[in-house]
Amino acid sequence: MSLVTRAPAHSPEVDSRAARRGALYVAEYRLRSMWKWRRSIITDGLGNPILYLTSIGLGVGSLVNANLGPTGIDGVPYLVFLAPALITAAAMQGVMNEIMFPTLAGFLWDKGFFAMRATPISGGQIADGLLLAASARIVFTSVVYWLVLLAFGAVGWSSALTLIPVAILAGISWGAAMLAATANVKDDSGFISLVMRIVIMPMFLFSGTFYPLSTLPIAVQWIGWISPLWHATELGRWLSYGMAMPPWQVAISLAYLIALGVLGLILARRRFERRLTS
Amino acid sequence: MISANGLTKRYGDFTAVDGIDFEVARGESFGILGPNGAGKSTTMRMIAATLLRTSGDLTILGKDPSREGPAIRAHLGVVPQQDNNDAELTVRENLYVYGRYFGLPRSYLKPRIEELLAFAQLEDKRDTKIDALSGGMKRRLTIARGLINDPEILMLDEPTTGLDPQARHILWDRLFRLKEDGATLVVTTHHMDEAEQLCDRLVVMDRGHVVAEGTPASLIREYASKEVVEVRFGSDRNAEIAPLIADIGERAEILPDRILIYTEAGEESLQAIVARGFSPVTSLVRRSSLEDVFLRLTGRTLEDE
Amino acid sequence: MITQLIATSAAVEIAERRGTYPGAGVYAGRPHAVMQRAFIALKTSNMLAFLTGFVEPVLFLLAFGYGLGGLVGGIDAQGQDLSYAAFIAPALLASSAMNGAIFDSTYNVYFKMHYGRIYQGMLSTSLGPLDVALGEIGWAMLRGATYAVGFMSVTAVFGLVPTWWALLTIPAAVLIAFAFSAIGMAFTSYMTSFQQLNWLNFWLLPMFLFSGTFFPISSYPGWLQPVIEVTPLAQAVEMVRSIWFGQFDLGLAVNILYFVAISVVGASLTTRRLTALFLR
Repeated sequence: MSLVTRAPAHSPEVDSRAARRGALYVAEYRLRSMWKWRRSIITDGLGNPILYLTSIGLGVGSLVNANLGPTGIDGVPYLVFLAPALITAAAMQGVMNEIMFPTLAGFLWDKGFFAMRATPISGGQIADGLLLAASARIVFTSVVYWLVLLAFGAVGWSSALTLIPVAILAGISWGAAMLAATANVKDDSGFISLVMRIVIMPMFLFSGTFYPLSTLPIAVQWIGWISPLWHATELGRWLSYGMAMPPWQVAISLAYLIALGVLGLILARRRFERRLTS
Repeated sequence: MISANGLTKRYGDFTAVDGIDFEVARGESFGILGPNGAGKSTTMRMIAATLLRTSGDLTILGKDPSREGPAIRAHLGVVPQQDNNDAELTVRENLYVYGRYFGLPRSYLKPRIEELLAFAQLEDKRDTKIDALSGGMKRRLTIARGLINDPEILMLDEPTTGLDPQARHILWDRLFRLKEDGATLVVTTHHMDEAEQLCDRLVVMDRGHVVAEGTPASLIREYASKEVVEVRFGSDRNAEIAPLIADIGERAEILPDRILIYTEAGEESLQAIVARGFSPVTSLVRRSSLEDVFLRLTGRTLEDE
Repeated sequence: MITQLIATSAAVEIAERRGTYPGAGVYAGRPHAVMQRAFIALKTSNMLAFLTGFVEPVLFLLAFGYGLGGLVGGIDAQGQDLSYAAFIAPALLASSAMNGAIFDSTYNVYFKMHYGRIYQGMLSTSLGPLDVALGEIGWAMLRGATYAVGFMSVTAVFGLVPTWWALLTIPAAVLIAFAFSAIGMAFTSYMTSFQQLNWLNFWLLPMFLFSGTFFPISSYPGWLQPVIEVTPLAQAVEMVRSIWFGQFDLGLAVNILYFVAISVVGASLTTRRLTALFLR
């Protein structure tokens, strides 16, 4: 037996194509591996909204409505109040699986990133590729979530072009930030459960998701102010049912989310490249 | 101490071990030799009472492993093919915890662990986690661990496979000491040199059967000649030249990469090949080994999968 | 000398002494050795991850009990008018017992089973499969029970513990944790990939949200209520809540039997599976 298949001839054009499209190749690899999890991703994408909407939206909502009347918060039913928060939270949580696990795997578990970096692909392109593939999951999660919200009557048709993009923006920004945060992890034991418990869970619970931030004591309201989930939720409520929001606050929240994503990705690219070359 | 009669293990249609017989006596170092997939590890696991046999008789220290698993395992030390030391624990803790699994008291374990750390040359590494050990160190720890309960039989499944030559020699030295101390060893291996070094007596297994049994020397006497000439003519020409020189020795084997000529006088046979006008790319004259025995018995080399 | 010709070590004596007992083929009377291993391994694991396990139910109590509680107002349950925080506190205790137990008996067990080859090592000693099952389940139970006790002290500080009877929820939490560990380990032992194991979440989240944790089971339509009530966390919540408020009745006995049964089923399935995986 001998090896007869030869690689296409090296030419400046072929070489530069590999260097240019590295992020796409990484994203392709990630999407292929996500495909193996498709059942889990679909079940999660459908199950999560249905579970939260029935239990908290309808179940706890009935308690809230009994107490405050059917339009007690912002003049809308509890379900409508809850919807924008849940869709952004889901977009942000969904991205975790596609960012933290592959990053830890690539650097620590199977060291796949080091193999990728031995090809013309750069560290920064690996970071880009991961985020790109994760964005696909975010888009999927957000659209599915929105459809379930629509079915529950928690949002109107008109929110399709506003609420979904806000959720996607929040997911991608958060994904970039997590990418940067995970890029430097050396000891993964308990890292994921730690992030879940000290970052994700408090953010989920204290960002005005289930109740207006203002009901919390002022001493813990800062959690909401620094939380991208809160900013995205505020934007979502404004766009979904017209919650009062002054233009300067809209600007700040938008700027915050965009800045988080851009800075996160810049930092992640730098850290990936440095870690893979040192 | 161990007695097997018609011992058989089947997985569905596949028969991993097909009615083998053997006895192991106290103080003996018994080897099971064969290529990968011959049924060695399956046999070992049945002896270690961690695998039920399909049929046949098997007694270990007079007990039936299918009914008295824990009581048999109390007498055994097991060194599996792949190290399975507890990565969450340090070297010393591995020995301690393993001893506790046997229900051994602390008062026994403390001095015993010190002895075993010295035996395995791991005294400096006692508080090191497993991940930080080299392959040879992990192997020595697994062997030390297998000795924690002062076993009557130590079972070693491929003890040095995958180690570098230096680490293998250190390990052989340790195992040889155990043998000198009179331990009963059961060793599987597909390395000839290992079997020749460690085993008093061995069975050769192939495809679930025992194909020969004896001491290493008697097997070589019986199934191979004194010396072997290995010649290579390049992978394309070996098959073509082989028939033309096969009659020089007592017997010839044609392998894809070389031709083996079995003979009583190697140098002379090599000269005879050259005299016929064939000049091999490389040539080697050596003494016969168990490798040749295996080749003779099965027509395959031990390294074949 | 490293070996003696005739070994008369304690291991052999112990094993032979037990050899005549029924079940000697699967049980060597030593699950505590397996638990000791877990205890020694604890210090090398990430303590922060262990400790923050206490925090999770507290966060839920703060956010839901006090944040959302402001919107919900009071709730009519257990025959009295309760604050929302008082209503969810016992439910969170039950679910923290569940979560702690599940964590150690699923992901950790899966890793030990398939990557660490820890059970293979254990079962080449004179331990039996039932020792390993009980030891691991017992350890996961300790974790769940520890979380429950920790959470209870927090609720006491918030003044949410109504009577001394509530102390009896601790043994209840131990039973709940044991049962969930047993069933969690049994489940895990049948899983052959992380993908499969991940399906656990599709059971845990709905249980957490629908088991009378955040709103009474009586809010469901009549036909649905019995369906919810037979699920494990609903049983646990009901048991803890009735003990918490000092209401002892026949239902409590049913709850206890329920968890004893789950424990037995879980432990025997695990034993069977360990035998099949490592001793067949």
